[in-house]
Amino acid sequence: MADRPDIAERLAGLALFADLTPTQVEAVAHRFDEEVFAEGQRILRTGLSGAGLFVIVEGQAVIRIDGIERARFGPGEVFGEIGVLTGELPNADVEAATMLRCLEIPSPEVEPFLIEFPRVMYRMLQAEARRLRITTEWKT
Amino acid sequence: MEDVAAKPYPPGNYDVVVVGSGPGGLQTSHSLTRLGVPHAVLSRDEAPGGMFRRFPIFERLISWTKPDAPVGRKTREYEWYDHNSLVGDEAACGLAPEFMDRSFDVPSRAEMEASLVAFAERASVEVRYGCHWEGTRREQDGFTLQTSDGDYRCRFLIFAIGVTQPWVPAIRGAEHASHYVDTHPPGAYRDKRVVIIGKRNSGFEIGSGLLPWASELVLVSPRPVQIDVLPHSPLRLRYLQPYEEYVRGGAGTFVVDAAISAIERVNGARRVIAEGTTRPGRLEFDADAVILATGFQAPLQDLRELGVETVLNDRIPAQSPFFESLSVPGVFFAGNTTQGARGMRKHGVSPNSTSVNGFRYNARVVAEHVADRLGIERERPRLEQNQVVPLILHELSCAPELWIQKNFLARVVTVGGEGIRDEGIVPLEHFLDTGGEDAVAAAIEMNERAVIHPTVYVRRANRIAEHELEPHPVHAYGGHVYTHEVESLLKPLL
Repeated sequence: MADRPDIAERLAGLALFADLTPTQVEAVAHRFDEEVFAEGQRILRTGLSGAGLFVIVEGQAVIRIDGIERARFGPGEVFGEIGVLTGELPNADVEAATMLRCLEIPSPEVEPFLIEFPRVMYRMLQAEARRLRITTEWKT
Repeated sequence: MEDVAAKPYPPGNYDVVVVGSGPGGLQTSHSLTRLGVPHAVLSRDEAPGGMFRRFPIFERLISWTKPDAPVGRKTREYEWYDHNSLVGDEAACGLAPEFMDRSFDVPSRAEMEASLVAFAERASVEVRYGCHWEGTRREQDGFTLQTSDGDYRCRFLIFAIGVTQPWVPAIRGAEHASHYVDTHPPGAYRDKRVVIIGKRNSGFEIGSGLLPWASELVLVSPRPVQIDVLPHSPLRLRYLQPYEEYVRGGAGTFVVDAAISAIERVNGARRVIAEGTTRPGRLEFDADAVILATGFQAPLQDLRELGVETVLNDRIPAQSPFFESLSVPGVFFAGNTTQGARGMRKHGVSPNSTSVNGFRYNARVVAEHVADRLGIERERPRLEQNQVVPLILHELSCAPELWIQKNFLARVVTVGGEGIRDEGIVPLEHFLDTGGEDAVAAAIEMNERAVIHPTVYVRRANRIAEHELEPHPVHAYGGHVYTHEVESLLKPLL
């Protein structure tokens, strides 16, 4: 049988979870759902409710607004957090640009998860700050 | 020597080969036959029934069948009351209640097995039994399936092989424990200290089965029992007695949140060493027996080498909304394995594809999709304009496919050049993501507060609008208020 890494091993390799102990990583792995998407498959849909928060483990995702590519995300990056945190519907489509493996936390579980693991929340905030700076640079 | 040629489906060329004779294989074959799709069915077993020939160990299923309902057993509406029968022709549908002794509203393993044997007989599902799938090869225009009886060439493969192979995570010392499948009769655990690793269905099934026998019982895994989502989860309340005893402070039964560091052998007994998750700290449990209720994987044999991508810790093949391998086109799945088609997971809700009630409809979707790919015409009934709203409301009130496969399957009506067409039951994700003629899709969904409600999606000029309707306490969506609401949603289309 092909030896493929398990969810905990995949999580341990991501910066987002770098501050967690192995036991914490395992506890986190049990709360995530692993999802795989084929190239071109949609993950977030503009204007439709119910999406969760995704962490990319393998592959690339492309963000489109009205069909136009706006950004690309790769391993270790997070998407879906804006909709989950603001409670608003997605204003972009996200689709798999390659075979894409993600870990998903359903929206109702995001808040308790981040409060339980503040180090993950801090890392996520850092990533958001970097994205915000890029957006601000675009606008100036 | 057995006369190989006397068995059905001798080796050769077929459009489709189905592997498996459990409920998934039987339902798929019956659905293919009804659509006129030529196929062969192969099984290594000697009789129909799949996993129900052996599991669950404590003999009681968790999915209900109401033997009597306000609607007849041979109706489509009855399927909603009966989560264990396969569906199809009148002679073969609604069979589970025939075999139930009504001790419970869930059948026993033996009753379930008997109803599947009866289905194979009454639906005339032919299977080549005792035929082992040994290897899989990709060809230019399809596949060759190597079996103990010879080679089968086909364009499409449908694997209904169950999720029956023990799965054990990487735990140091796992060899000192036995898997769920090797659990002894309960009497063997009399006066023993038992640690069960796993707090999902199989863990709790064994736990509640051993309560009258074991002297001490510990259920342990990293994730807490999610008591708030239990009514909506496949972990059913009927197994929860060990949990109830623990949370109420009973003696001798513990339900612990901890990651397992190791299982050791100490003086002929076992010691389970764990690290608390919900409450940090090292824990040690001495036990006479350790049972790994860590779940199962699909017995994929050489399909990974063929390129089949997997999900859920490499246990299940990753699938498209039509249950086709995401990475090897032409390889499909049916039965319990269809849990690898994850749907949109709106609000985190997974489809009911791990049990017969859900995957019987997935099998129909696979059969219809394969028929389409083979260019076999399917019926798409034409509707009059005044039939659309009543059809949508009827589906929202009592369509078993929508009520069981919530957030996953939808009833779709298209409005295009060919007039108004009933497209039948379609994966919701496919409807939302592929575009096409103006159309409406009706679905039953569960929202973030776990409230079940109807949703109507309207596609107009390839833009989708989502309309969540108010839930009705007894699911009566035929009244004036709902009629008016759906009429106004569909006005721009009709």
